[in-house]
Amino acid sequence: MPSLVSHPDEVKVVSRRFGMGATDIDKYVELDGYKAVQQAIAKGPEWIITEMKASGLRGRGGAGFPTGMKWSFVPKQSEKPKYVLVNGDESEPGTCKDHVLFLHDPHAVIEGTMIAGLAIGSKLGFIYLRGEYRYLLKIVERAVADAYAKGFLGKNIFGTGVDFDIITQTGAGAYEVGEESALMESLEGKRGVPRIKPPFPAVVGLYGGPTVINNAETIANAPHILLMGGEAYAKLGSERNGGTRLFGISGHVERPGVYELPMGYNLKRAIYEVAGGIKDGKKLKAVVPGGSSCPVMTADEIDVGLDFDQMGKAGTMLGSGGIVVLDESVSIVEFALRTIAFYQHESCGWCIPCREGTDWIKKTLTRVYNGGGNKKDVDNVQYLAENMLGRTFCPLGDAAAMPTIAFVKKFRKEFEDYVEGHKAGTPIITVEQLVGAH
Amino acid sequence: MSEIANTIFSPETAARFDHLVTIYPLKRSALVPMLLYAQDEIGYISDAVIAEIAQRIDLLELDVRNVLSYYSMLRTKPAGKYNVQVCTNISCMLRGGYEILDHCKHKLGIGHKGTTPDGVFSLEEVECIGACCWAPAIQINYDFHDDLTTEKVDVLFQMYRDGLSPNTTGKDVK
Repeated sequence: MPSLVSHPDEVKVVSRRFGMGATDIDKYVELDGYKAVQQAIAKGPEWIITEMKASGLRGRGGAGFPTGMKWSFVPKQSEKPKYVLVNGDESEPGTCKDHVLFLHDPHAVIEGTMIAGLAIGSKLGFIYLRGEYRYLLKIVERAVADAYAKGFLGKNIFGTGVDFDIITQTGAGAYEVGEESALMESLEGKRGVPRIKPPFPAVVGLYGGPTVINNAETIANAPHILLMGGEAYAKLGSERNGGTRLFGISGHVERPGVYELPMGYNLKRAIYEVAGGIKDGKKLKAVVPGGSSCPVMTADEIDVGLDFDQMGKAGTMLGSGGIVVLDESVSIVEFALRTIAFYQHESCGWCIPCREGTDWIKKTLTRVYNGGGNKKDVDNVQYLAENMLGRTFCPLGDAAAMPTIAFVKKFRKEFEDYVEGHKAGTPIITVEQLVGAH
Repeated sequence: MSEIANTIFSPETAARFDHLVTIYPLKRSALVPMLLYAQDEIGYISDAVIAEIAQRIDLLELDVRNVLSYYSMLRTKPAGKYNVQVCTNISCMLRGGYEILDHCKHKLGIGHKGTTPDGVFSLEEVECIGACCWAPAIQINYDFHDDLTTEKVDVLFQMYRDGLSPNTTGKDVK
């Protein structure tokens, strides 16, 4: 069972009920649960969207798109039913924040789903969890059933004449389904192959209807925002980055865990103060700041605020909030190989640059790592990665390319050392051997 | 009574599937969960599972096969009673995921996707399971075990062999 951690610098909003038994619906109600949704029903969609916009909340899945704006894009009139879709397909390596959210506060996700539904005029929401999260799915299913039993879901919720239903759904193992259009395909019972955009989901989404799709943490913030007011939430964070965020700090730190910190919190402090510094007194080598797809940062680049804009300026991304810390003992070549091996495994093969690019980078790095590389390999890896960027339907190609490019650029000497360090007489692996080396 | 005569599933699962196809705006949305729940009961996606699910959702068997080949948790061959899934992705790798995998291979005498001769355990190296902050972590069937050491793995295997899985005891190894 994931253990909870705590630090005085934390500002607990979305995590404020963690460890308080809020999976129990009565306890959740006692802790101000289902108050926000009743206010939302009373005050109407425009009020919800105004508060959400004022909150400055940006998508916690990683893209950082302003949530209030996303909700406002859904057309008011639609012939087809509208849907709310909660993305709990958390699969980005280094990311485990939604895991804790579902475990400790499933009703906040449910209540947020209802609020999103009210905002866009939808009567049906889906909460999609990755297949591996079966025990969490059971917790969410139980919470949904309890909400139905109380009359909080279904027909005439809270006796207000409003109807809203929620269906829970399990995936069956696929990273790519975390991409919004792929998730819709999966929910429609198909392979999780992404759709081309436009049209965007707000116009043509699930079953062809207008759809709002949000990360689970984003959705769980909605009730808190309505209760405290959008402006108050915004003030917790930094400029254009409202509120707080769950950061999962993992790897070589003394106290790994999921911490809720204000947006804009200093990354260096998060690692050295909040997570207790580098494990066993070793030196920091690098940080992958927001899940495996974010460009790596060197130890001297981490004095930066954790928000979408500051991290972008620093040449990387805030991503999913999964901060992976690497100490001096880590081989960047090995780490880069493990990263690309993941993307090669998860590529659906739909777009050729991603299918071929991930495979060839993996093959080339495999021989570099095993001491059979030649000098051109390092350039080839970078060339392959740069040719994937922006050339695929979904961001998986970019997610594989961006970290690869950064590993090579920032740690080029290490790659070259692997190439040059190979012992004389070690047979060079030929292209033919590589092709067969699946 | 199930909607399907001669169903291969237990009455509970058949009833669950009867219900599942009714809840979505489109029946086909039941496909992925149904495949996973079928696998939970039968152990793998057999030809008979594919045939019945195709019939239940009004799909061609080919459609079902096309979907099932996409999802990494779905398998078309039996696995052991307890499927040990070791995460070796970045966060787990940094905290000894590969040592745990090697230990499992050695201890069980099988490799990636292998099954022990007695059919009790099978082993898989898997991608990130979302337990990064409690690494290294494994899943045995659906149960998470985190903050592992090789010693804890030994205790776990013995517990599962003795039928004392967390499913039955509710307790994890600490």
